[in-house]
Amino acid sequence: MKARLTIEVNQKRHTVEVDPATPLLYVLRNNLQLNGPKYGCGLEQCGACMVLLDGKATPSCLLPVETSIGKAIVTLEGLTQPGGKLHPVQRAFVEQQAAQCGYCLNGMVISAVSLLTEQKHPDETAIRKGMERVLCRCGTQSRILRAIRQAANESNP
Amino acid sequence: MNEPTTTPALSRRDFLKTAGCLSIGFSFACHPLSAAPQPPLQDSLPGPLRQQPQINAWLEVLENGRVRVLTGKLELGQGIRTAIAQVAAEELDMDSNHVEVHLAETGRTPHEGYTAGSGSIENSAMSVRYAAAAARQKLLALAAQRWNKPVEQLRLADGKIEGGKDQLTFAQLLNGTQLTDEVRLPVTLKPKSEYRWVGKAVPRADIEKMVRAEPVYVQDLRLPGMVHARVVRPLAYGARLRSFDEAALKKAVPGILKTVINGNFVGIITTEEYEAVQAQLMAREQTKWETTKPLPDNQNLAEFIKKLPSKSRTVKETGDVKTLESSGGSSLKARYFKPYHMHGSIGPSCAVALYQDGKLHIWTHSQGVYPLQEAVKKMLNLPTEAVHVVGVPGSGCYGHNGADDVAADAALLAMAYPGKPVRLQWSRDDEHGWEPYGSAMQMEAEARLDASGKITHWRYDVWTDSHSTRPGGEPGNLLAARSIEKPFSQPSSGYSGGGYRNSEPYYAIPNLKVDAHFFEGPLRVSALRSLGAYGNVFAIESFMDELAEKAGKDPLEFRLRHLEDERAIAVVKKLQELTRSEKGKPGEGIGYAFSRYKNVATYCAVAARVLADPKTSKVQVLKMWSVIDAGEVINLDGVKNQTEGGMIQAASWTLKEEVQFDKQHVSSRDWSSYPIFRFSDVPETEVVVINRPDEKPLGAGEAAQGPTAAALVNAIYRACGQRIRHLPVRLDRRE
Ligand code: FES
Ligand code: FES
Repeated sequence: MKARLTIEVNQKRHTVEVDPATPLLYVLRNNLQLNGPKYGCGLEQCGACMVLLDGKATPSCLLPVETSIGKAIVTLEGLTQPGGKLHPVQRAFVEQQAAQCGYCLNGMVISAVSLLTEQKHPDETAIRKGMERVLCRCGTQSRILRAIRQAANESNP
Repeated sequence: MNEPTTTPALSRRDFLKTAGCLSIGFSFACHPLSAAPQPPLQDSLPGPLRQQPQINAWLEVLENGRVRVLTGKLELGQGIRTAIAQVAAEELDMDSNHVEVHLAETGRTPHEGYTAGSGSIENSAMSVRYAAAAARQKLLALAAQRWNKPVEQLRLADGKIEGGKDQLTFAQLLNGTQLTDEVRLPVTLKPKSEYRWVGKAVPRADIEKMVRAEPVYVQDLRLPGMVHARVVRPLAYGARLRSFDEAALKKAVPGILKTVINGNFVGIITTEEYEAVQAQLMAREQTKWETTKPLPDNQNLAEFIKKLPSKSRTVKETGDVKTLESSGGSSLKARYFKPYHMHGSIGPSCAVALYQDGKLHIWTHSQGVYPLQEAVKKMLNLPTEAVHVVGVPGSGCYGHNGADDVAADAALLAMAYPGKPVRLQWSRDDEHGWEPYGSAMQMEAEARLDASGKITHWRYDVWTDSHSTRPGGEPGNLLAARSIEKPFSQPSSGYSGGGYRNSEPYYAIPNLKVDAHFFEGPLRVSALRSLGAYGNVFAIESFMDELAEKAGKDPLEFRLRHLEDERAIAVVKKLQELTRSEKGKPGEGIGYAFSRYKNVATYCAVAARVLADPKTSKVQVLKMWSVIDAGEVINLDGVKNQTEGGMIQAASWTLKEEVQFDKQHVSSRDWSSYPIFRFSDVPETEVVVINRPDEKPLGAGEAAQGPTAAALVNAIYRACGQRIRHLPVRLDRRE
């Protein structure tokens, strides 16, 4: 049964008419037409669908939209400043050219932002641990690690 | 677009009048009038250009001052779009950001077969290079005629032609037409010493689009009125549909617009995507299938595949290998195995299809839009013109994954539900369970060393299934076409050549015999990055280390003693230099491997440092190095990115991966039943590129796969004395 729900995404309130059990991912991609979160497994195993939920990286592929009501949802789109300026983590990914196909990029950037919010200066083990949930099949991880180190240094000198 | 008016006849006259030298449209020799610097002349055109020789098949001048390049290849994350833009920008003296690249689309871009086999740089980018060079000559000639000035006084400057005070954009000069001349030899290319773009690490513009979450992938397409779909795949290969309760499904899931049952093909179309997800799960539960042939016991696959009936052929024979047993010195024999591997794209395959006004449009991440068009048209019995296939990037595929299958599925659904774009997203389970895998392979090697430690004899056998069952115009290679009411049967064996790719060692060995044995194995197979080269190089380069030890030689010195090709020697020596000062800690080891991809393409040497603990059976890859010579480098960072990624992916295959199956079907259906590398597994990487501007540019994307596997097992051996010959690596397996 569909219901009218209001969620807060990228600092804006959106009212959608959906089955409240619909995973947040489909609401973001289809109702709000956002491209950031991606479908990868629908099983919380790959991290392609990551969003920030109250600042914490969370897979959105199984999360019923109704449980995200009242929480601040931020997607990859929402990291960019209104004028188009990139978030330091986004910028570091561009500068390190840390993508091949880029399908995993959303989960990578969102997880890195979440990690750097929690820990200003994560060491190598902490970075890897923070990124463990996100898979990349192109093997771009060594670049992604470089991008995260760069972002950590720049945003928390 | 207006009808082009520049004709070869005109250009001939122009050229004779102004330049005194013909570079396009004709085939007599060109002698440049000015001396410095000598532009290179080529003696053959790239294949695709020979087939589609008009300049405007490859390149269009746009009103806004930009140039659009058309390629029959698809961006797969390998950065081909950027490389092609660089090449065109170079010949036209433009900013590479002002060159747009239009990717594969039937009826629009050249027919270039598949984006595969590391051939995109060699074929597509080189065709664009010649077409752009020809365009340059033609534009200069037109301007020279218009202004009545000699070509030498004119120059190209970012989309314009300048001659003293005169200045025109390309578009103004062409006045609404395009360059339709044919590119013919000789073509004068820009001297490499003047390059501004090619060979540099030009950043990919699409990466910024990705971080900004702009629509990039076929998964991001949202067409007006689009509906969603899922398919319900059978329980097993060849299973037949027994019953499907449509009424019950419609009652349980609202929003079902249509269920499509065609033979054993089952699809569901819904308004909302989540409805399709629910319907798929429910239908999987309630649909009854009749399975036909059970799969074999997975337990001893290595033995099983060797016993299957096979067709054999001798790949190479030199000298007299029969004297292997009787000669002096010492001999060695070993047997290696690799299991089935998955492509495992992070985004499962997806396609959008629309049937409207008698025309079927398909948006797909297939690596070959034209062969797919051909196969789909036959499956649906439509004329060629009625099938329009547009290539849109998807998640990285590394070969033939579910891309073509999902497109055919979507086509069937769209035909059954005309007028609306149908978006079909395969689930993770669909992709893991139904994609065509990289074949399991068994390799056996035997060799003899003389007293000085030189290899005198080499015998090698490989057992393999096909490494390509791409549609190639054959509907029987598409899952959907095999399951519909009037099914197409699967052509028996695909391009089996892939199985013996790199089966011949790249070393000087006087007496040698290589045989390949092709079986038809239990699982669906097709092209996976580097095809058989991964298995063969794993075996050959492991065996080289075993032989080096037997000969009492350093593994790199041993290889160098058997190499004759200077470029091969150079990559091995560079790797030696790079890792010379590495001191391993206790429990650590460094291993090496080398191969030249396909024995005629890119040279690649890899080193790996690992920590291996037989007590816990844990292997940690700490660092990997690669030295690569892919000829002339187009995009330096592209070569590095592909090589780093290739090493990490192949390390994951080697250490972790194996497609599991039971009697019914594939049981590796998600990331926990088919684990791949995560961040805690990933090594640091370092890539050194040897640029050879005067050599042919080669694809770099597949060269590291095989050497990576062997470097890893060689490193494990050095770390803990255990020789791994059966993949994936398990220190607790008794071999
Ligand atoms: S799609 Fe959500 S974790 Fe994979
Ligand atoms: S860049 Fe392709 S999956 Fe990560």
